[in-house]
Amino acid sequence: MSTATDTSPTAARLDALRAEGRAALVGYLPVGYPDVARSVEAVVAMVDAGVDVVEIGVPYTDPVMDGPVIQRAAEAALVAGARVRDVLRVVEAVAEHSGGTVPTLVMTYWNPVLRYGVDAFARDLAGAGGAGLITPDLIPDEGADWIAASDAHGLDRVFLVAPSSTAERLALTARASRGFVYAASTMGVTGAREQVGERAEQLVADTRAAGADHVCVGLGVSTGDQAAEVGRFADGVIVGSALVRPLLAEDPWPVRLDGLRSVVAELADGVRRSRRAGQEEAS
Amino acid sequence: MPDQPVREALTENLAHQVLGRLADVEGPYFGQFGGRFVPEALIAALDELETEYRKALGDPAFTDELARLHREYTGRPSPLTEVPRFAEHCGGAEAGHRVFLKREDLNHTGSHKINNVLGQALLVKRMGKTRVIAETGAGQHGVATATAAALLDLECVVYMGEEDTRRQALNVARMRLLGAEVVPVSIGSRTLKDAINEALRDWVANVESTHYLLGTVTGPHPFPEMVREFHRIIGNEAREQILERTGRLPDAVAACVGGGSNALGIFNAFLDDESVTLHGFEAGGEGVETGRHAARFSGGAPGVLHGARSYLLQDDDGQTLPSHSVSAGLDYPSVGPAHSWLHDLGRASYEPVTDDEAMEAFRLLCRTEGIIPAIESAHALAGAMRLGREAAEAGRTGQVILVNLSGRGDKDVATAARWFGLLDDQAATDETATPEGDQ
Repeated sequence: MSTATDTSPTAARLDALRAEGRAALVGYLPVGYPDVARSVEAVVAMVDAGVDVVEIGVPYTDPVMDGPVIQRAAEAALVAGARVRDVLRVVEAVAEHSGGTVPTLVMTYWNPVLRYGVDAFARDLAGAGGAGLITPDLIPDEGADWIAASDAHGLDRVFLVAPSSTAERLALTARASRGFVYAASTMGVTGAREQVGERAEQLVADTRAAGADHVCVGLGVSTGDQAAEVGRFADGVIVGSALVRPLLAEDPWPVRLDGLRSVVAELADGVRRSRRAGQEEAS
Repeated sequence: MPDQPVREALTENLAHQVLGRLADVEGPYFGQFGGRFVPEALIAALDELETEYRKALGDPAFTDELARLHREYTGRPSPLTEVPRFAEHCGGAEAGHRVFLKREDLNHTGSHKINNVLGQALLVKRMGKTRVIAETGAGQHGVATATAAALLDLECVVYMGEEDTRRQALNVARMRLLGAEVVPVSIGSRTLKDAINEALRDWVANVESTHYLLGTVTGPHPFPEMVREFHRIIGNEAREQILERTGRLPDAVAACVGGGSNALGIFNAFLDDESVTLHGFEAGGEGVETGRHAARFSGGAPGVLHGARSYLLQDDDGQTLPSHSVSAGLDYPSVGPAHSWLHDLGRASYEPVTDDEAMEAFRLLCRTEGIIPAIESAHALAGAMRLGREAAEAGRTGQVILVNLSGRGDKDVATAARWFGLLDDQAATDETATPEGDQ
């Protein structure tokens, strides 16, 4: 199985947390918002407040999987001059700050990687201490170059599954992924929702049945209770818009960072309440 | 691993492209272009669409109904008009070239767009979906989609850049008269590409009930192939008409290229006729050297946008660059993958035409033939003038040039009036005059 723990620091981290009886909190922030230096501060604050796995977003002009909150941050980051290579700085900063204990994935639409050069990007990401990529608009069918490059540089490749995925596609995606499979909880784009799709639990079960060792759930989670609920059945709870939102506030920067820390703390508490009775069977 | 079957499919596809007819190449890849660079959530719907469309093309119940609509609703076949007075401006009267226009401007709703829209709307009925969404740059595809939705009783939502909805108030009203909801898009560059982003987001969230009625030969497979199939009729008719009128094939075929649906529609019938040269004309805007243009082949490089790999205006980071043209319909940073393939194969050539050149051709066709073309189509007319001139300079006379007149210019009257200073109160036009229409 290509999600094998021995080749993936992310999978190892998920396993360690599973042994502690809880799901991981995977936190997303975009690089370059409001500028590169402060985005590093925000990511560090997020890690210190209790995020287990970091996901750094590359701002892109045409983010079709993102809702209004992340769109706004990405647009502002681009206006402020964020470059693709800046993501490597943030990855390095997290690796340094955490002593390499917090796996850092990069979430990117595909064209910036194509333009950089798929193998060159993989090489530089690995060099910066990054764990791998989450690719919202790259399906494994189109990913031959990336699969080769991630093998060559020992990187995770997180592909997505959705409630609309057929059993055949779940199996294909599970086989192609390493680190974990990203299960989109609902049909839609990123952004907080009152309820995380009922289909999420079923999708996680189906994805495991299709061969995935690790499945994390994203889209729509914004509260501690939702994190606890999702953490009951998933290996990780991925949160993006709810972390970006406090940073978009009009307040002075330190106040915005405090806002971020308190959201992370609530979510971290949520995943710690997610101890599952049946977790051994689930794993 | 999943890459093995993909490689096999690619190899098979390439073999087909070498051995088979260029006109019949099937997706997902046109050479190294095309594909499906979209969220996994859409793959099931794209698979369903592909299956349904292939079934439909083999089902007389579908093809007969589409043919009936073409005939009784759209007004096909569209005429072929020879334009001798205009032809004198294509290399001079002494060159003796003959220029023919394929009159897609005379279709219902005023452009070729209706061919694709009717085909897809009939498919929507077959798939049992009840809602269609569409993007529009400034109105042409949105109006055509709203028209088909009214005809076939479908709920219709059109995404349109906020700037365009403000400036194209009349077209917004037209779509609303037809029963469509028009949603202004106020994020990103507030243009056509952002309208497509928003339509894709809607589609991901509502894919079970909704079909994305994409307006050109771009997007993820099967759109580039399927939209070509629905526009194939343009070239098929034109080929037959010109053979009947001149007794031979044309020497050159010219079309404007935004996303590229009208161009692919007319090129397709001649792809396997080696003697016919094919010429796509992109928006050169204020000149490729100014950076304000939509010349993907002169000023872009292969990349991925909106689901397909193709030539793309992008910066060093792979961020999409804004395009510019006097014609909104050509104002798009990427191009259909089949055109990128034909470009790299050398089967078709693609050249920029500036705003100035297009508007001069626009003026000439109005004055010499009494036909007001869409500004998009005026790029093809300017291209024909260039082809005629170049042929004459090379000593080739009596050439037959076929031009796809993809749309009518009623929508462009305000832009043209401002361009040529035809209004008494020029300042008053600033609120209403804009380019419009997507090709």
